[in-house]
Amino acid sequence: MPEQAETEAGARERILDRLRAARAAEAGHAPPPAGHAPPPPAGHAPPPGGHAPPAPVDTAVLAAKTWPPAERLARLRRCMEAVKAEFLEATAAGWPAAVRDFLRAGGARTLMAGAGSPLAGPLAAAGADGAAPALVLYDRPVEELKASLFSTIDAGITTCLGGIAETGGLILCPSPGEPRLLSLVPPIHLVLLDPARIWDTLWQAVRELGWSKAIPANALVISGPSKTADIEQTLAYGVHGPKRLIVVLVPGGAG
Amino acid sequence: MAAEPVPGSGPLDFHASAAAALADPQIRANFRRAMDGLMAKRAALFADPAEWQALRALGAAIRAHALDHLPELLVRLEERCRANGIQVHWAESTGDANAAVLAILRAHGATRVVKGKSMVSEEMHLNDYLAEHGVESLESDLGEYVVQLDHETPSHIIMPAIHKNGRQIARLFGEKIRGAQYTEDVDALTAMARRVLRQKFEEADAGMSGVNVAVAETGTLVLVENEGNGRMSTHVPPLHIALMGIEKVVERLADVPPLLALLCRSATGQTITTYTNLISGPRGAGELDGPHEVHLVILDNGRSRIFADPELRATLRCIRCGACMNHCPVYTRIGGHAYQAVYPGPIGKILIPQTEGLKTRRELPQASSLCGACAEVCPVAIPITELLLRLRREAAHPEPGSPVLQAGEARAPWEERAWAAWRRVFASPRLYRLASRLATRCRWLPPPRLGPLAAWTRVRSAPRPARRSLHELARRRGVPDA
Amino acid sequence: MAGIELLRREGLEVVFPQAQTCCGQPAWNSGHAAEARAVARAQVALFREPWPVVVPSGSCAAMMRRHYPQLFAGEPDLPEVEALAARVHELTEFLVGVLGVKLEDKGEPVRVTWHASCHALRELGIRDEPKALLGQLANVELVGLERERECCGFGGTFAVRFPEISAAMVEDKAADVAATGAGEVLSGDCGCLLNIGGKLARTGSAVRARHIAEFLWERTRGG
Repeated sequence: MPEQAETEAGARERILDRLRAARAAEAGHAPPPAGHAPPPPAGHAPPPGGHAPPAPVDTAVLAAKTWPPAERLARLRRCMEAVKAEFLEATAAGWPAAVRDFLRAGGARTLMAGAGSPLAGPLAAAGADGAAPALVLYDRPVEELKASLFSTIDAGITTCLGGIAETGGLILCPSPGEPRLLSLVPPIHLVLLDPARIWDTLWQAVRELGWSKAIPANALVISGPSKTADIEQTLAYGVHGPKRLIVVLVPGGAG
Repeated sequence: MAAEPVPGSGPLDFHASAAAALADPQIRANFRRAMDGLMAKRAALFADPAEWQALRALGAAIRAHALDHLPELLVRLEERCRANGIQVHWAESTGDANAAVLAILRAHGATRVVKGKSMVSEEMHLNDYLAEHGVESLESDLGEYVVQLDHETPSHIIMPAIHKNGRQIARLFGEKIRGAQYTEDVDALTAMARRVLRQKFEEADAGMSGVNVAVAETGTLVLVENEGNGRMSTHVPPLHIALMGIEKVVERLADVPPLLALLCRSATGQTITTYTNLISGPRGAGELDGPHEVHLVILDNGRSRIFADPELRATLRCIRCGACMNHCPVYTRIGGHAYQAVYPGPIGKILIPQTEGLKTRRELPQASSLCGACAEVCPVAIPITELLLRLRREAAHPEPGSPVLQAGEARAPWEERAWAAWRRVFASPRLYRLASRLATRCRWLPPPRLGPLAAWTRVRSAPRPARRSLHELARRRGVPDA
Repeated sequence: MAGIELLRREGLEVVFPQAQTCCGQPAWNSGHAAEARAVARAQVALFREPWPVVVPSGSCAAMMRRHYPQLFAGEPDLPEVEALAARVHELTEFLVGVLGVKLEDKGEPVRVTWHASCHALRELGIRDEPKALLGQLANVELVGLERERECCGFGGTFAVRFPEISAAMVEDKAADVAATGAGEVLSGDCGCLLNIGGKLARTGSAVRARHIAEFLWERTRGG
């Protein structure tokens, strides 16, 4: 649509020109009244055009939030259970059986894992007995399995990068091996968490993961099952995302 | 109460809509209860004043810094987005933005769209526009879905259906959802919405969303939500179109956690939402799902004009948390629809007159007692009361070349004369003494019931001037003069 | 007058410039800066001595301390105005923070409630001083309003421009006052008192609306 592209290119130039012109005009003027121009945050360049660079603002309020490693899991669990996430304790060797038993007891018939996920092998092995739930692999583009994904999969299982102690929450990084919709469409979502991999805060996690240099196409934090308070501010769970979030604690990871 | 915003064509009658809302006991009750709850939740999460001040200073600095560098950050955002595979479109007006969206949809033959919540799309009146052009655009956020079902507009920027109570929603669902049984059970109502929308997510040709924060450093669109409809809209359909105002960009990824902390606590009284979604591209190499294409539409709609004034620029720091309206005694009583504006409450009172004009929206900057409750809770320290005062000055006596839209056009000559007279009396000790003597000596006269003063005495007993003014008393008691 | 008496009793020499009229806030709040400045300038000329300026009104004190420098930005007399602004004290702030007054209650037991004016609260940060003063009075029971921080709806010209909204706000405030069972509602701002008092009287309530200075003076002189 070349005409549309031209309109947009024109818009781009006009918008940017207006912004730049405003800034250039400002360089001659007095700075705005006190209280209107807070200093830049730590690590950022000072503003151009006439203002003396003030002292950088402190991110200490973020860095101050730390907990001893032993406390982080307890805090994460408390925060997430408060919003109805469920926790299942397992071991590196026993988690596939624990997960399958848990799901079978709840009546789940199918469990989906990413074909390229480290979880697929162990789950397949544990499911060799043919008992429910049947393992289904997310092994082809969504276009080819969308209908069954939406209507026949009772649970999806993924790994995560780790957890966040301050607020509760798990950081997920969907990938070819673990597609995005696994943690969204099935009504039950299970996530394996190694309790040793819990950051204090999202701020800390983002820094350590180095995402500012190389960010994945999709990353997210999940803190509980889906909910809403739109009807008279009354909390209701299981709106559009999963109705249940099960955190499977596996010390040392999936192995 | 479905007040459709009327595109500016003469002053909108705020007095009438406010009076109607005040007279509606349902609105009064719904909003009182809702605002009390939201204020309490927020207060609980900002219980430590030192933490609040520090976090807010950081948030304000991040937003102010981003605005100081706005053109460069927008260019960098575009570069990084393009490198990530996100296509970027620019629109000066809402008309341009609507055209851009339609062009993208048509290029994909898309006629069924699911939407996450986006206040920018409300500015665009996008759903109506798309409907006119044969595209079904269904709101998927539960509050927006309710509002759309009832052919209304949102009355709050975070909780769009806050003006409705449970019974009203139950009735609406019972009438409008095919095959629905009437129920007032919240879980059952929620399940109904889930069922209807799940099918729509599965079948949609395209999904749309807003943007809570855009990160220039990484080319990332950040979206927070509790329901999962945002992720459904942005990950299931093959096409995702995101809409944002030019002011929503920040420089670094590290800026995001503190802003989200402020946003979540201020907006819904949570430390974190159910989902925090970071979108930095369409379906990547090897990925099995995610949209094939992601488009970002960047909208100006008067923001660059606001940007031009260093003081008024602070208006653009807004992260759309809604705390200001939650704490506003005026909003609590008249509700969101009375403003007849996309953005109600205190932020609406400073934003809308600037984007739509001081004449078109002459009442908005005036409809405040300047109590300052809004500025006290704004997480990015927008000096709202100062900006209201500035807009009032721009309305009454703008400087030549004032950047504000329709500055000085709402001047009322009688008002100018009244203040000139006021000045004459109060700048002259002699005239003031005369007036004061008149008031005290004639205190037995009934109070004037002219126009606005009559309204005062309709609900309050008239004040009686004292027998002697303070000046007289001081003189009599021997308090020395200067 | 009670404010002046309270200060004189502490041994201060109080000067009351007879030529004073108004701080100019009504015009400033309505966007008429030039008119406000003309009136403000007349006041500034009256308070030239380097003495504290005590103002028994939260909104006026806030106007003079916080907004005068803004009002006179770019004006040749800005330095003088800033010097004045630095010397402005709200009455309760001065009594507690500067004088450290000690009050002895000579009155009968009474229950009162306190309404914090928005300007005093948010622009001057005055929250504890009035309560500290009332707390010194042994026979005074101070009961809190349910929505203490909510505006009463006066807002100067706001009450006249938007009477229905203002009426709704003062209705809630008056109901809040009545619900405390207090015999008096006290405030440091005459505008608020006019507003709340007027509403209470109209509803037939026996609750008195009084300025805290008047209340303190009466309670402590046995009158």
